[in-house]
Amino acid sequence: MSTLVLLLFTGLGLGALYFLVAAGLSLIYGLMGVLNFAHGAFLTLGAFTGWEIARRTGSDNWGTFLLSLVIGAAAGAAFAAFTEFVLIRRLYQRHIEQVLVTVGLSLAAVALFDGIWGTDPVYIQGPAWFKDTTEILGARIPNDRFVCIVAAVLVLLALVFFLQKTRYGMIIRAGVENRSMVTALGIDVRKAFTLVFTIGGAAAGLGGVLASHYFGYVSPMLGGSLLIFAFIVTVIGGLGSLTGAAIAAVAVAVLQQFANFYLGGTGDFVVVLALALVLLFRPTGLLGRTA
Amino acid sequence: MSTAAESRATEPRPVLRVESLFATIAGQQVVEDVSFTVPATGITALLGRNGVGKTSTIKAIIGLIDRAGTVELDGVRIEKEATFKIIRSGVGYVPEDREVFSKLTVAENLRLAERDAAPRRQLVEELFPDLLARSAQMAGTLSGGQQQMVSLARALLNTNKILLVDEPTKGLAPKIVGEVAETLAEAAKTVPILLVEQNLHVVRQLAEGAVVLSGGRVVHTGPALEFLDDAGLIQRHLGVSTDAAHSGNPAEKGAAL
Repeated sequence: MSTLVLLLFTGLGLGALYFLVAAGLSLIYGLMGVLNFAHGAFLTLGAFTGWEIARRTGSDNWGTFLLSLVIGAAAGAAFAAFTEFVLIRRLYQRHIEQVLVTVGLSLAAVALFDGIWGTDPVYIQGPAWFKDTTEILGARIPNDRFVCIVAAVLVLLALVFFLQKTRYGMIIRAGVENRSMVTALGIDVRKAFTLVFTIGGAAAGLGGVLASHYFGYVSPMLGGSLLIFAFIVTVIGGLGSLTGAAIAAVAVAVLQQFANFYLGGTGDFVVVLALALVLLFRPTGLLGRTA
Repeated sequence: MSTAAESRATEPRPVLRVESLFATIAGQQVVEDVSFTVPATGITALLGRNGVGKTSTIKAIIGLIDRAGTVELDGVRIEKEATFKIIRSGVGYVPEDREVFSKLTVAENLRLAERDAAPRRQLVEELFPDLLARSAQMAGTLSGGQQQMVSLARALLNTNKILLVDEPTKGLAPKIVGEVAETLAEAAKTVPILLVEQNLHVVRQLAEGAVVLSGGRVVHTGPALEFLDDAGLIQRHLGVSTDAAHSGNPAEKGAAL
């Protein structure tokens, strides 16, 4: 029983990270049709920025941790806004060029991070409470899992509130459904594009700081390794669906953890298999439109 | 006797002038050298067989598809402007197939369309009382007629210089067609309308002028009734009999309509 609970909470913590990356990916694709391969770079920059804050101000306290979350999210948001405004804005409707630019940016960003912070992982420490465990049904759950889960739930609630209760949220929901009709109502949809990129970048940056505590280190490849699973989550959840991304993130991560433990480390294979099954039998994903 | 130039000078300026308009979709020419004007009052019908470029002409005017040529709105060139700026300069657009946002409520669909500081909510509530009762309903669950009301209401919420209305009666029951026609007639008292319409009975009821397209080009312009009463023109440009034109019954109009 304790193993099941431990795997479940470990999966939920990892799912929280997947969700923080996939939320932005899903909204960006849903609204703009852009497959953003540079999204992992937003996460990595957030993680390194958070690490720099922790390194310079002392990592073993909650104040520094919360500050690193804010600065990490801000760094991800700024990088994403820059990417949309400078690189992507000229390439709407040109999908091949978008892929080339975002792939190129992700490679350039990794090289830049290598140059600044080196190729080796840098290790990070958070508040002492993170290293402790909490016992649930006999399982000793590392506390940093709870932090990831709570942060992801708060981000989900904030995004749902934003999408449902604000005018820009309404524009984004409408734009995901029919972008040209939003324009034909006299709305400058480009502002919504920049906003969605920025929000997605902020969530990824926040995810980067949390991922660095979850894994205990930051490396230039951190974003790329999470991005692969975030793409899978986005497709399984349904492109453009935030709720779908949340459900799929949890499902993928928990499935991955259980398969790794019970099926001899086949977690990644099982996730890819799940993706193939979804594409075969439900190509719209759980809650979205056609993948 | 006045000259033609003097006559033009005394004519009121058209609200919309389209000159040598070309448009393409995915590299294919869909509108070819189209020129016409829409007067500042009443309803002007844009007619033609299926696929001649009526919807494409409307979309090209507001920049939803690639276009070249001259488009003037109330004397101001707009052909290089982005779609949202053209709409904000005073164009109401009612698209073919309604295009309501199905996952937004009726109220959200309407709020999204509000661009004036004081949108005409009262007018819309008077014209479409049913929408008020359904404001919390998802637009995707409405009937076709109700969705058309949402689409019309979105355009009527704001003060416009012109309405571009694309096949508003398409696929609707006869009773609803009558209601839509009444709404358009009411709207036309305050704003000129360029109307794409296949139902010639509705055209006869509403339109004062007609612009007829064939093969992506303008082949006839003039008073609507003059066109509708000319069996030869109707047969040649629309491919239907005058009986069908009078009845407005799509079943009588054959495949061309």
